[in-house]
Amino acid sequence: MTTAKRPSPAVPDLLYSEVEDDLRAAVRAVLADRCGPAAVLGRIETAEPYDPGLWKVLGADLGLAGLLVPEEYGGQGASAREAAVVLEELGGAVAPTPFLGSAVLAASALLGCAEAGAPDLLGRLAAGEVTAALAVPLTAAPGDAFPQGVRADAAGRLTGRVTSVVDALGAAALVVPAAGPDGPALYEVAADAAALAAPVSLDLTRPLADLTLDGAPGRLLAAGGAARAALERALLTGAGLLASEQLGLAQWCLDETTGYLKQRHQFGRVVGSFQSLKHRLADLWLEVVSARAAARNAAGALAAWDDPAEVALAVAVAQAYVSPAAVHAAEEAVQLHGGIGMTWEHPAHLYLKRAKADEIALGTPGRHRRALAGLVDLPAAAG
Amino acid sequence: MAGTGSANGTGGMPGAGGTGSTGGAGGVGAAEVRERARALLAACPPRTTGRRDFLRARFDAGLAWVHFPAGLGGLDAPRALQAVADAELAAAGAPDNDPRRIGIGLGMAAPTILAYGTPEQRARFLRPLWTGEEVWCQLFSEPGAGSDLAGLRTRAVRDGGDWVVDGQKVWTSSAHTARWAILIARTDPDVPKHRGITYFVCDMTDPGVEVRPLRQITGEAEFNEVFLTGVRIPDAHRLGAVGDGWRVAQATLMNERVAIGGGSAVPRESGMVGPVAATWRERPELRTPELHDRLLRLWVDAEVARLTAERVRQQMAVGTPGPEGSGLKLSMARLNQQLSGLEVELLGEQGLRYGDWTMVRPGSVDFYGRDAGYRYLRAKGNSIEGGTSEILRNIVAERVLGLPAEPRTDKDVPWKDLPR
Repeated sequence: MTTAKRPSPAVPDLLYSEVEDDLRAAVRAVLADRCGPAAVLGRIETAEPYDPGLWKVLGADLGLAGLLVPEEYGGQGASAREAAVVLEELGGAVAPTPFLGSAVLAASALLGCAEAGAPDLLGRLAAGEVTAALAVPLTAAPGDAFPQGVRADAAGRLTGRVTSVVDALGAAALVVPAAGPDGPALYEVAADAAALAAPVSLDLTRPLADLTLDGAPGRLLAAGGAARAALERALLTGAGLLASEQLGLAQWCLDETTGYLKQRHQFGRVVGSFQSLKHRLADLWLEVVSARAAARNAAGALAAWDDPAEVALAVAVAQAYVSPAAVHAAEEAVQLHGGIGMTWEHPAHLYLKRAKADEIALGTPGRHRRALAGLVDLPAAAG
Repeated sequence: MAGTGSANGTGGMPGAGGTGSTGGAGGVGAAEVRERARALLAACPPRTTGRRDFLRARFDAGLAWVHFPAGLGGLDAPRALQAVADAELAAAGAPDNDPRRIGIGLGMAAPTILAYGTPEQRARFLRPLWTGEEVWCQLFSEPGAGSDLAGLRTRAVRDGGDWVVDGQKVWTSSAHTARWAILIARTDPDVPKHRGITYFVCDMTDPGVEVRPLRQITGEAEFNEVFLTGVRIPDAHRLGAVGDGWRVAQATLMNERVAIGGGSAVPRESGMVGPVAATWRERPELRTPELHDRLLRLWVDAEVARLTAERVRQQMAVGTPGPEGSGLKLSMARLNQQLSGLEVELLGEQGLRYGDWTMVRPGSVDFYGRDAGYRYLRAKGNSIEGGTSEILRNIVAERVLGLPAEPRTDKDVPWKDLPR
């Protein structure tokens, strides 16, 4: 019998450290205070879907804006493990903040360019003074070909269009992958040099933007292999950490639905005593428990970053498992809440919309399974 | 208290000499365990000592299960130190007690005897149980009492100093090799079912015990039916109080699921995903796009189940076990069934064939020395044995999520009045 080509590496610590527990408690306290379901519902249809006050407390006061940024650039110097804990809490509150777009995606891309002038933007980003966005569609996945939709000329002027970018609305700077005169390159572009349009997004708590660049001046951050590597690392980090956001979301759906089924009465009984419903929740619990192991494994692999292929594998496994689990949790929340779950007034729909959008974000489950096929030597059928 | 004298039959072992005098000292550390193992090896070199004599001496040296009390094969030491003793003895080529052959005794009978047995019972049963000189089996399930085990109808009636037992038990592994059985039987039909049960040790050589192989879906017979007709059990072989058998049985069943412990993470592609992945790699002509997607989905599920088990192991290692363990069996049952089903389908024409339907009596279950058809059929039992998946979901819903039990009509009615 042959065995897998790739030997089993040590599994990272899948539990939470005391520091991580403390960080979780601090984030949770802020969210409980400023980001309850009523507050989120009240904001989603306003012109300012993000709460700048909330982001000031989380990003600047708690230091989450620069969580992944090393201390030498003014950040917290934390690892993906801590960022994952933050995302669990943000996901559990469907918090409208630019953490994923700015503190994870843009910061990770900038960190890959740290030799080429990025520290200045990183410092302002880490201090919470500005936010930045990585100008790729939210559907971009690790392993994708380098984007060709934006072209840069020899003078560093960028022209092209990027759709469905997260956390670009309100950002001061854009990190733009572009086809430069010498191949792939990453540029920093001031957000006001781009035309931004906001389409109506499925996920009400994470608005999208379509960017149009027409000769916008850019500052070269990285070129060639360095640009490729920086973008790939950002997408891997984003996809791996997104699993923790999805985990937090799924846990909220499980907890909220379990609580509801304990107090809702029909037929003279608590509906949570009906076996068909209990079994559905037991299965969901098992999915959430499993999702936690997968998400922690991805966070641990990203934090250690020992073997790039192992990181890619852990991220692909997490995305392939946790994405559908989160969607399932949100769908069960809507169904098991019955009529109230279909209303605008109840927050379940916010979680369903986030879960469904997250499933497409940074690679669909099918896309991640395809990546795995190569990583674990289970090739597709020929022809 | 624990009958140190009578268990230490081998007398002059250097290790055993100190055992009695430690008197429950909680401070036994790795160094002392290692030292005792070396003393045992010096006194009974494995090369020149018979297997049975060595195992007896090991028991008497307190190195059988170090967390058991001194005098009963242990040292009152932390359970984790067992690995120290095992490693030291294995490195010297010492024989082990073939734990797969005596799993019921080690995993279920022993902890129950320790918890509920009298000093005489512990002294009589534990040593030959551990050395494997006496094999144990479990007489719990009945044709009419599976998930609802407390509804069992095997009767035990007091007759002087004995109990007389009549009834039928089923799904008993090792019954045909066992010397003893742990048995639960109804001693009072006039009280509600959980309260009228008593727990016994049954002598499998009693003339009233008849063991018949139970042929199963795979063609072979791992298990037995056991018919009990006028079996006489002395009252001295009762474990726990009359009528308290359900509580005693809970201790047994609890131990059935404790198995995950120390060690390190199992390797990737362990278990049923291994043979499917190997077939996929070796037989490109079998691949189709549809099977590819199903294989990748199950590969992900298997990897995540491995990580979930590892997370449970990490929790136990730091002393904070979470409820996650309750879900592992559910995951494994589903995975084993789906992976083996996929494997049969992937094999195509070869999947139409089966290794051997001959009725045999395997010593233990071996999923991997057999073909895919066997795995597919045997895995069907994974969601039935040791708690059906349906009962396990109830347990998760009620004990982990705190959802209410369904209304019960059988809890307060005398057993004899239950509808059947």
